[in-house]
Amino acid sequence: MNFFRSEEHVEHWLGGREPGATIAVTTLCELAHAWYHDRLAPDWRPHTREQNQAILDRLGLTGDFWRLG
Amino acid sequence: MDDHDLELRNLTYRLFVELGRAPTADEVAGAAGLARADVSQAWRRLHDTHALVLELEPDGTGILMAQPFSAVPTPYRVEAAGRLWYANCAWDAFGICAALHADGRIQSACPDCGEPLAVDVQAEQPSDHTLVFHCLVPAAHWWDDVVFT
Repeated sequence: MNFFRSEEHVEHWLGGREPGATIAVTTLCELAHAWYHDRLAPDWRPHTREQNQAILDRLGLTGDFWRLG
Repeated sequence: MDDHDLELRNLTYRLFVELGRAPTADEVAGAAGLARADVSQAWRRLHDTHALVLELEPDGTGILMAQPFSAVPTPYRVEAAGRLWYANCAWDAFGICAALHADGRIQSACPDCGEPLAVDVQAEQPSDHTLVFHCLVPAAHWWDDVVFT
């Protein structure tokens, strides 16, 4: 799960390997805040799979690649 | 995860932030008034439920990851809340700012060309909108090998 300068750099780095998913850094930032905003809360409880899937869905991260196990 | 393990997990995270590094089992045991073995056993259960990640060696008992924080240096450095942190990946780098509810500065390098990359996070927004994030492993397999993921 890495940052790259551009999609061209992702393709070059993959070097023919099967690609995963590439998203904008703005989407990643929003995803991270939704995923982790409560991680240090004194009353933290683990997110359910459904809660985490809803975060992905809300950001348009849908389809088989983003389907949690 | 029962209430006992949940309390130890939350204490572990609180100490991580207070210390600016991963606490040892002895430090958590001291703060909780428990024996070290009780903490180690709880950490193992938390590891098994993906609430944290222990060191990989066969007898590893220390913390490797308390997501989004890394206990060891990584290519993702985050300055936030007056400290330098290490994140497990690009996602977790933003996650550190999110967890701390703080602005920050993320520094890394493009894995392709090696050029240094820096992104400021202010009010939950990245300063550089041109970067992209690549996730190689499908979500269903993130925990198959979380270190690789």
